[in-house]
Amino acid sequence: MGMLQDIWNYRGFILGSVTRDFQLKYRNSLLGAVWSVLTPLAMILVYTVIFSGVMKAQLPGVDNPFAYSIYLCAGILTWGLFSEIVSRSQTVFLENANLLKKVSFPRICLPVAVVLNALLNFVIAFGLFTGFLILTGNFPGLSYLALIPLLILQIFFSISLGVVVGILNVFFRDAGQLMAIVLQFWFWLTPIVYSRSILGESAQHFIAFNPLADLVAAYQGILVLNQFPDWISLTPLLLLSVALFMVSMRLFRRRASEMVDEL
Amino acid sequence: MGTITVQNLGKAYKQYPTRISRLKEWFIPRFANYEQKWVLHNVTFSIDSGEAIGIIGVNGAGKSTLLKMITRTTQASTGSIEVTGRVSALLELGMGFHPDFTGRQNVRMSGQLLGLSAQEIESVIPEIEAFAGIGDYIDQSVRIYSSGMQVRLAFSVATAVRPDILIIDEAMAVGDAAFQRKCFRRIEEFRELGTTLLLVSHDVESIKKFCTRALYLKNGTIGAIGSAKEVCDLYEKALFGDIAQDVILLEAAPPKSVSNFDPQLKSDCEIAYGDGRALVESIWLEDSFGERANIFCATDRIHLKYQVRFTESISSGVVFAFMIKNKEGIALFGADTAHDEGILNKKFSAGDCVILSFKINNAFASGNYYLNCGVRDDSGDEAAFLHRRVDALIFKVRPDANMFVKSGLINTSLEYSLEML
Repeated sequence: MGMLQDIWNYRGFILGSVTRDFQLKYRNSLLGAVWSVLTPLAMILVYTVIFSGVMKAQLPGVDNPFAYSIYLCAGILTWGLFSEIVSRSQTVFLENANLLKKVSFPRICLPVAVVLNALLNFVIAFGLFTGFLILTGNFPGLSYLALIPLLILQIFFSISLGVVVGILNVFFRDAGQLMAIVLQFWFWLTPIVYSRSILGESAQHFIAFNPLADLVAAYQGILVLNQFPDWISLTPLLLLSVALFMVSMRLFRRRASEMVDEL
Repeated sequence: MGTITVQNLGKAYKQYPTRISRLKEWFIPRFANYEQKWVLHNVTFSIDSGEAIGIIGVNGAGKSTLLKMITRTTQASTGSIEVTGRVSALLELGMGFHPDFTGRQNVRMSGQLLGLSAQEIESVIPEIEAFAGIGDYIDQSVRIYSSGMQVRLAFSVATAVRPDILIIDEAMAVGDAAFQRKCFRRIEEFRELGTTLLLVSHDVESIKKFCTRALYLKNGTIGAIGSAKEVCDLYEKALFGDIAQDVILLEAAPPKSVSNFDPQLKSDCEIAYGDGRALVESIWLEDSFGERANIFCATDRIHLKYQVRFTESISSGVVFAFMIKNKEGIALFGADTAHDEGILNKKFSAGDCVILSFKINNAFASGNYYLNCGVRDDSGDEAAFLHRRVDALIFKVRPDANMFVKSGLINTSLEYSLEML
């Protein structure tokens, strides 16, 4: 509870960090924040034009020219949020070494800022995507609201994992390197660019062990088919998140002070 | 508010033989295999509200670690530390400024890190800007700041709101003299209002000036604590070696005539140090008649003599040196015997006593000059002073008909003519 209080007391710093990070990204650029819109916009356009327009890719069982593009964006955008939180929080302590060594403030603010920052980028990109859905008449409807609990679960999982890797990375740089590789494999082992149904039976069994596969499937279900998620299928991810969260808090409490000596 | 109570404080860094050892310790604490490197141990002291205390010690004595624990950026391994009131610290350079952000953005960030609200921050920014006095640079990224500008800004931020405890760690040395005065004025103001000051510096003079008490850290523990003057003297003695204080230096023979000798012209700021293998026992100057002197005319010859006694035998590499400086400390003329193979290869035995003699043609403008004399051992990789006496003697150059210099540091003969065409 003390931690929540700390976060509230330092909300100014957290929000400031998010703003500064955003500014830093577009510093020395003429268009500035416009890029944060252009980049995801370009991505959506590329996927739609190439897959729907040029390749005429179809999703099995769905009769909609945009279905595959939507399927792709649903997976890639949400995966992007996950990988951004994980990869940013694994370096957040190292990047802020200067600050950690010189100023005393609640360390938990740093991962919180990472989450907010990633969320901001995600909201921009996802907002554009939603606009695209509305424009092309593919807005899913009421099931869209189910995205909110899914996102909360996903962020909870991402930051718990991120903090664990982030703290480990201070002491063992291997953690960050390893995580980069893991993320690559993880992406391709999650049905994001391909559909689960094209996999063989043994591969399907294998994919079932990937907790993120069900989450991404839930996103895709909402956005492509206007289906409410199968909540039960997300229990393993929830349990894993709770476990990771407990590990991360334990690590944080025990190692946060030692961290400064190591930076 | 503003008190610091430190009890039995200790800080050890864990040193693992390999990276794996740390991992092992995390999972199986029983197999802990690391060495503890104690950088601070058994430190106990307390500081009252409104006190000014100086912290001195050589590099690596644990000063910064102690401050980091007071500011709570690092945690103590043993003992306790109790701090009341708001602490503002200027540790090393900057306050964790981010090089890519502008000064203004960094100021806001520092404010946020102190937990100030947006309005509070905006209300102090004009003050900070004015005090730092860096002009338009405030809206430039900190990357292009000079170290002086960074310190200006950092100091302004740290002192924007009066803290209960102000900690300054060797930061001020970077600022220029005008800014330093401004800083010290602000510190004085704060002190009158009851702020506790912790000043870390290598400059014992400023500690003596600003602090009532001083703490001398020696190898991670308290070497001495007490009045600033006493502790500073103790520190300097430890720093430069004790021999100068222990040995009664011989007074040179009194002058026969007094015309060119002023007994008042005596150095009161001599510092001496060395490893004690030889001693510069006495230093004196003579005029061209061999009379002891310390006042010279423009064209006089200055005859520097000093007597060195060896207390240990040294087989080779001995160099004798001197340096003449003006009162601002600017080196004007120094020379040594390092080029002289005869002296370099000479063996000196314990008990040998020699007199060095340098004849110098006076080329100095009128004024007072200070003299360093020393003997060193150049045989190792690094020259080691056997004994060096700094500012051991003062002499005066008096103006006369041959003193042509109107401005500048040196004098030389001058002829001039005017031709009408």
